[in-house]
Amino acid sequence: MRVPPNVSAADYAKALAEFEQVIGKDWVFTSDEDLDLYRDAFSPFLNEPEEKIASGALAPVSTEQVQQIVRIANKYRIPLYPISTGKNLGYGGSAPAYSGSVVLDLKRMNRIIEVNEQHAFALVEPGVSYFDLYRHIQEHKLKVWIDCPDPGWGSVMGNALDRGGGYTSANYRNHFDSHCGMEIVLPDGELLRTGMGAIPNAQTWQQYKSGCGPWIDGIFSQSNYGVVTKMGFWLMPEPEAFQRCTVSVPRYQDLMPLVQILNFVENSRITSGFPDIESPLLGYPPVGQVQLWNETGPPKMSAEHLQLMAGTKLGFSPEIEAYGARAGIPYWRLWLSFHGPEEVIQAQWHAAQRHFARIDGAKFAIVDQVKLPVDAQQATKYHEPELGVPSLRAFSIGARTPWTPTPSKGHMWFSPIIPRTGAAIIEANRVFSEAAKSLGMPLFTTFTLPACFWERSFIFILATPVTEDPKTNRRYREGFKKLIEVGGQHGWGEYRTAPVFQKSVMDVYSFNNHALQRFHATLKDAIDPNGILSAGRYDIWPKHLRGKT
Amino acid sequence: MSACKLIGSLAAGALALGGVAGTTRASADTLAARYAPGRAVYEKWCAACHDPGIIHPGTHALMTKYPGGSRGSGSITAWTDLPATYVTFMVRHGMSVMPAFRKTEISADELAALAAYLSRNTPAK
Repeated sequence: MRVPPNVSAADYAKALAEFEQVIGKDWVFTSDEDLDLYRDAFSPFLNEPEEKIASGALAPVSTEQVQQIVRIANKYRIPLYPISTGKNLGYGGSAPAYSGSVVLDLKRMNRIIEVNEQHAFALVEPGVSYFDLYRHIQEHKLKVWIDCPDPGWGSVMGNALDRGGGYTSANYRNHFDSHCGMEIVLPDGELLRTGMGAIPNAQTWQQYKSGCGPWIDGIFSQSNYGVVTKMGFWLMPEPEAFQRCTVSVPRYQDLMPLVQILNFVENSRITSGFPDIESPLLGYPPVGQVQLWNETGPPKMSAEHLQLMAGTKLGFSPEIEAYGARAGIPYWRLWLSFHGPEEVIQAQWHAAQRHFARIDGAKFAIVDQVKLPVDAQQATKYHEPELGVPSLRAFSIGARTPWTPTPSKGHMWFSPIIPRTGAAIIEANRVFSEAAKSLGMPLFTTFTLPACFWERSFIFILATPVTEDPKTNRRYREGFKKLIEVGGQHGWGEYRTAPVFQKSVMDVYSFNNHALQRFHATLKDAIDPNGILSAGRYDIWPKHLRGKT
Repeated sequence: MSACKLIGSLAAGALALGGVAGTTRASADTLAARYAPGRAVYEKWCAACHDPGIIHPGTHALMTKYPGGSRGSGSITAWTDLPATYVTFMVRHGMSVMPAFRKTEISADELAALAAYLSRNTPAK
């Protein structure tokens, strides 16, 4: 039987017996066969001894059971690693950050406690997936939308706690920002509610975020200070209509005003949906069409076009620009989407065009006009998450297709945040393409566009493949760390990362001799003195392990 | 014996008797009811990747891997050579970008029902 690090076999046996008393023998997993199910399916340590594994797994069904488990873990100093649905693939999956920890699998805590249509919120437990919440809303014919990331089987709560994003309007795309109120089991077993939830018999727990006094919710995301057992989310009232439009511009330099005007129209709420940038001339797709390209293949291009693309530097050459002008292929195309009453959408689209018309040669088109609601089947004609419908189509990334004859074993997401300007896109391509080339990394091999998940910044979300070959994986891991470092030298940082890279990423956030990391450590020592929760997550280590791993 | 285990063993019995070929309408309804628990597991956990058509990445991957022939649709619900043991193995081990599923997601009983459903058209050896 596996035993967690720094725990005697005798103590572990006693702890397991007590865990069984709390949650029942069936939900305490100790066999290799059961624990292998907790391996990170996308681990970059595939078939290497460094792979992070679980020594046990516990699956409570209630907050009270979680409280009892953490008390027992404190008694025997058992390292626990909570997961919600365990589907954080590409960012660590269900495996612990500190190898040998006991996974606290919260999947069975899957109650949708409330979906309130009038006030447009949901209150859920950790095991509730986007599919679960969507089905619940459909079954009960509630007129609210969820905002989901591409993989619909992820936890609504877990995604928000790892600060994931989605595809509807800016108010909801940032999943942590759109939460309202938490319930947390602290490492000593104490139960805490944040925001208005701190008032007994609270009337507005999911309607006012911060309560009074210090607003502490943020410290429970990307951290290890507590086990979040309930979380509220604001939902979008179901809109009457959805419209997708494009703004196409002809020249390389048009990228600068295109982004500048996008920022203005989005921050002014002239547009409401997910903006998406592509380059038809450089053959780079918008995020919303990646799945379509994987399914039907990239658009066909002439031999001349392909040859000109190969001759560009940082996505530019006078020849390809002239070719685009001749062939009527835009350099850049911005997709804008709108939700709301049709007459409001038309007014918004009219205003948006007025602003973008400042770019000489800008062309406008309405691509889709969708009367809502649509069901999940009808939504398959579009990029489903933009219509608030969860799906798994994004798993075409890395899967076998006619265009990807050798499937990957998963991927590690390289995802730095950069300023939301055209100049930053070009500068980041310059910096990262040079670094990636010298490191032999399969990233930025062509001019690469960022995504617009966050309304005030750009983010690149790039899949670094996991292969069957440990040597290649090792090279990619080391290259990945180096790219993080290079980004940091230019003032850019990752928004989220897998445990294997969490130290490298947090080392970039080093202002004033790592004041932020030192503060995290101070909090850890105060809140979790025995260091039982998620040791090492985002490089926050308990005192007894700090500097020793 | 739990309901799912019972259904699993009934399914195995049906296969041993020669599967669904030549069954009457009434017995087809009985079979549908028999496989309903496994189908429900499929709908909840597998359909988003494995329903028919290239918009489902698992199906697209299998269509690409097995072009033409009886597996050419890539749609595992229609395959006639999918033993229950293979279903069980794949669910607990994963393949390519498909992860393994934990027992808190698909329990042992649910997996037995799923395997019975997906292997219902596969003749017993």
